Amino acid sequence: MAIADKPQYNVIGTRPIRHDGVDKVTGRAMYGADFRMAGLLHGVIVRSPYAHARIKRIDTAKAAALPGVRAVVTSDDLPQHGARQVDLGEGAVSMRHLAANVLTDDKVLYRGHAVAAVAADNVHIAEEAARLVKVEYEPLPPVLDVRAAMQPDAPILNDDVRTVFAGAPEVNADQPTNIAKHLLFEKGNPQEGFAGADLVFEREFDTTMVHQGYIEPHNATALWNADGKVTVWMSTQGSFTAREQTAELLRLPVSSVKVVPMEIGGGFGGKISVYLPPVAALLSRKSGRPVKVIMSRADVFEATGPTPGSHIRLKLGVTKDGKLNAAEAWVAFEAGAYPGSPVGMACMCVFACYDIPHARVEGFDVCVNKPRTNAYRAPGSTQVAFAIETVVDEICTELGVDPVELRLRNASRKGTQRVDGPTFARIGMEETVEAIKASSHYMSLAPQSRSPDKQCGRGVASGFWFNAGLKSSVTATVNADGTVSLIEGSTDIGGTRTSIAMQLAETLGITAEDVHPTVADTEGIGYTDVTGGSRVTFSTGIAAVRAAEDICSILADRAAALWDVPADQTKYENGGVTGPDGKRISFKELAGKLHLVGGPVTGSGISGEESQSGAFGTHCVDVEVDTETGKVQILRYTIAQDAGTAIHPSYVEGQMQGGVVQGIGWALNEEYWYDEQGMRNATFLDYRMPTCYDVPMIETIIVEVPASNHPYGVRGVGEVPICPPPAAIANAIYQATGVRMRQLPMSPPRLLAELLKS
Amino acid sequence: MHSFEYSAPHSLSDAVSLLAQAEGNARPLAGGTDLIDQMQTGRFRPALVIDIKKLPELNVLEFDGDGLHLGAAVPCYRIYGEPRIVQEYSALADACHIIGGVQIQSRASVGGNLCNSGPAADSTPAMIALSAICVIAGPGETRQVPVEEFCTAPGENVLRRGEILAEILFPPRPANSGSHYRRFIPRNEMDIAVVGVGAFVELEDDGQTIKTARIGLGAVAPTPLLAEDLSASLSGKPATDSTFVSAGEAARQIITPITDMRGTAEYRKQITGVLVQRVLATATARARGEPSEYKPGK
Ligand SMILES: Cc1cc2nc3c(=O)[nH]c(=O)nc-3n(C[C@H](O)[C@H](O)[C@H](O)COP(=O)(O)OP(=O)(O)OC[C@H]3O[C@@H](n4cnc5c(N)ncnc54)[C@H](O)[C@@H]3O)c2cc1C
Repeated sequence: MAIADKPQYNVIGTRPIRHDGVDKVTGRAMYGADFRMAGLLHGVIVRSPYAHARIKRIDTAKAAALPGVRAVVTSDDLPQHGARQVDLGEGAVSMRHLAANVLTDDKVLYRGHAVAAVAADNVHIAEEAARLVKVEYEPLPPVLDVRAAMQPDAPILNDDVRTVFAGAPEVNADQPTNIAKHLLFEKGNPQEGFAGADLVFEREFDTTMVHQGYIEPHNATALWNADGKVTVWMSTQGSFTAREQTAELLRLPVSSVKVVPMEIGGGFGGKISVYLPPVAALLSRKSGRPVKVIMSRADVFEATGPTPGSHIRLKLGVTKDGKLNAAEAWVAFEAGAYPGSPVGMACMCVFACYDIPHARVEGFDVCVNKPRTNAYRAPGSTQVAFAIETVVDEICTELGVDPVELRLRNASRKGTQRVDGPTFARIGMEETVEAIKASSHYMSLAPQSRSPDKQCGRGVASGFWFNAGLKSSVTATVNADGTVSLIEGSTDIGGTRTSIAMQLAETLGITAEDVHPTVADTEGIGYTDVTGGSRVTFSTGIAAVRAAEDICSILADRAAALWDVPADQTKYENGGVTGPDGKRISFKELAGKLHLVGGPVTGSGISGEESQSGAFGTHCVDVEVDTETGKVQILRYTIAQDAGTAIHPSYVEGQMQGGVVQGIGWALNEEYWYDEQGMRNATFLDYRMPTCYDVPMIETIIVEVPASNHPYGVRGVGEVPICPPPAAIANAIYQATGVRMRQLPMSPPRLLAELLKS
Repeated sequence: MHSFEYSAPHSLSDAVSLLAQAEGNARPLAGGTDLIDQMQTGRFRPALVIDIKKLPELNVLEFDGDGLHLGAAVPCYRIYGEPRIVQEYSALADACHIIGGVQIQSRASVGGNLCNSGPAADSTPAMIALSAICVIAGPGETRQVPVEEFCTAPGENVLRRGEILAEILFPPRPANSGSHYRRFIPRNEMDIAVVGVGAFVELEDDGQTIKTARIGLGAVAPTPLLAEDLSASLSGKPATDSTFVSAGEAARQIITPITDMRGTAEYRKQITGVLVQRVLATATARARGEPSEYKPGK
């Protein structure tokens, strides 16, 4: 569904086979776990059984004495960082916290916290040795709930944490606390705004911690060579970020660390922080051998970076004619063991779909005895979308207004100012609502119940997420056979080798198949930021277009040399060079003659623009609720999303569908199930992600409102599809049963409890 | 995983004597779908693993005057692939259909499911409903134990040192009878029963009155349960929805569920009532010969 008159493209908008497809479907693609090397040792991490405890003593003697054990390390082997703060691309972070999350020093702050590590000739010996590491703990009371952790008498996790105030007034700024950050955004005059509203709704919401659930566990193989250089082969969303973190943690110059990104089996934000590389490197330095460490699934759940649980209070004021006039939110996020939850993002996103004149939002980043949280697909936005989109639905019910109509009346558009300040450029929020309104799904009759114990309903919700810019590098070389080798630094998670290659091909006027993309290691390409923030097709795409333009201009010069005409009389266009007197040579032909006119041709491009565009989506879902068991079936699901320009529509659809499925899991069953000792469901058996039996085919509508700051109008598409599903499903459950769910997940026990109350 | 010895004897008696000699430090391996995982996580560390999955005595699947003889190592796919079992022992086929996915079903045995003795084992309530008997071979006399008496605590059972579950015997199916097993799980696949219910219903010739009934309950107590009094109380009652609803109510009173990550005690009580009612209805429909499609999870 193209909104504007779309330019005619040759490659963009087509669906070529992905360049890495054959390797992936035949199982030949090399993932971190596949990595082999002569003399390889296997490492195992010793982890805390407690959610909160002081370490009194670690005795590694027995482990070290086991035959086949080559190295044992603890935090004593990590360099000291003191109070050093470092910016690794996501704002200043305490190096002490980063280091202690990799190998803790005096305390363990969550079950699964890394305490020590061993390397041995094989994984069985290493496991046995890990059991022989004796750690003496003094258990401390844990705090697991975000609001409990904010109380003045709560157990304090980190002595060195003081509240950072961003926009909020300072109180108790010099006291140790679990509240790492208190931020405040305001626009207009909320007090007046609420006074001018006819109806005011105030509701509270709770969501639990959830995990990205990527299929491939974290892994790293490290070799600390005799020359002092460290090489790491690993699964990561960003090889340069992994290199910087590893170098900082080991206090080495970045150039002493090389990261070789292996294929990646999913990340969703969870494979940006490093956990294993510094530990594997230390084990390698001690043993003089390469060391490979692979997490178990339980390690992944307990000790990587899930996304925060939250407590949210949200207030909306609306006039009788359905215009949102004022909004207020209070958002507290579980940071986990160390500060750094995406609560700031949540505060920027909460009201972003709507043009509300008066708004105020307060956010809190709060440490609790759970793993340190990390990014997960549109980090922070899903939690707050659940809150605002269900209140908006309540308003629709109360005023008797159709949910798409109310959204159209209040949609953000070009010029709308977000609560945190920035003003939107041309965006497609309205267009996604229009697309749902016009969809066969929304126009069809709402589903009917099949039997007395099954009730059906339909729900709608919208969502917003940013489109990060950041930095990328691309180089491209013309081959004599008329193809191009493209080298990029963006690890390919969702088919970006192809979406980048297609933009280069479009610019050069050649086919996608004639471009051969390679993801290089940190020494093979210039600095490139992470594959995250919905940025790769946007930002690495711009770098690829620039590399192509570079090639075009060199080729125009070469053709001039070939024809012996002045360089200003040739021009690269439509896949070849034209010159005076109707001269023309195709890209392919010229490529074959380059050795005669100047030799190899290499183009390069970098990008570093910031993006103000952002992506919006609107979703519609039909559910069936078993009113005797509280179980919800998803009957039909349609997503409309603004992709700007869909480079490879299949991958855009894949991102939309994948995001929705993760959103369905978050909505219905996924949760970290905690008791005092820690997470109790650290397996895919009991951490219930949806299976293919739990989701219907997700119907997709790609809306194209081109973004102004990308040569082809690309917007990021990877993240926003996860935001609306919990709210859309909650709204459908309300239509089916009359029960408003305000906590996630809306699992059968929780929903049945509410049904029995009503 | 720790290192261990592996042995694959050719006869049941060899297996029994190996097991007896190991003095409690050995474990039989049938499909291995529980055992291998338990060894990998370090829960069990046997010095000897005795592979019994190819023993001919443990692979029988035969019908005779005593009913169905089912070898303890017969994998699920053979069970639901046998039309007579689907017809006459439907609850067993239902259970075998939902234990894991296709890969698991090609290995996992009902004997292993029972000997693992988990409270939520899917085939156990079905076998209880079908009045199945365990035939146990050991160093001494072969002995028989009703399935409902086999498990004694989570992970524990009546097997003595050196004993192997050889087969499970299902009595012949009476006329006008039907059975069903169903579990509640939050997803539609890949889950452990929050509650599992198996029921057998035999109707009088009129097709309207319950002659006998047997209800087996899973995941609601330390061991799978036979709802003995409740089952007996159904004799003579009309086979109607209101009978099934009250049976569900009554079932809630006799269970002692726990709260864990799979469900709260309160929720398990609710669901037990709902499932007992639904399972009795399906078993009754089958007893009447009515078509009764049941899709797991729906
Ligand atoms: C992915 C997956 C999904 C699963 N899904 C389900 C499910 O949905 N429902 C369910 O109930 N279970 C499920 N299970 C658990 C398991 O598959 C079943 O319990 C299965 O029936 C075990 O049978 P087995 O033949 O593999 O037993 P094994 O693992 O070989 O043995 C289990 C235990 O019984 C002992 N044992 C086995 N046979 C005998 C014998 N004849 N005499 C004495 N002792 C014996 C073994 O020593 C061991 O302790 C699942 C497992 C996996 C891995």
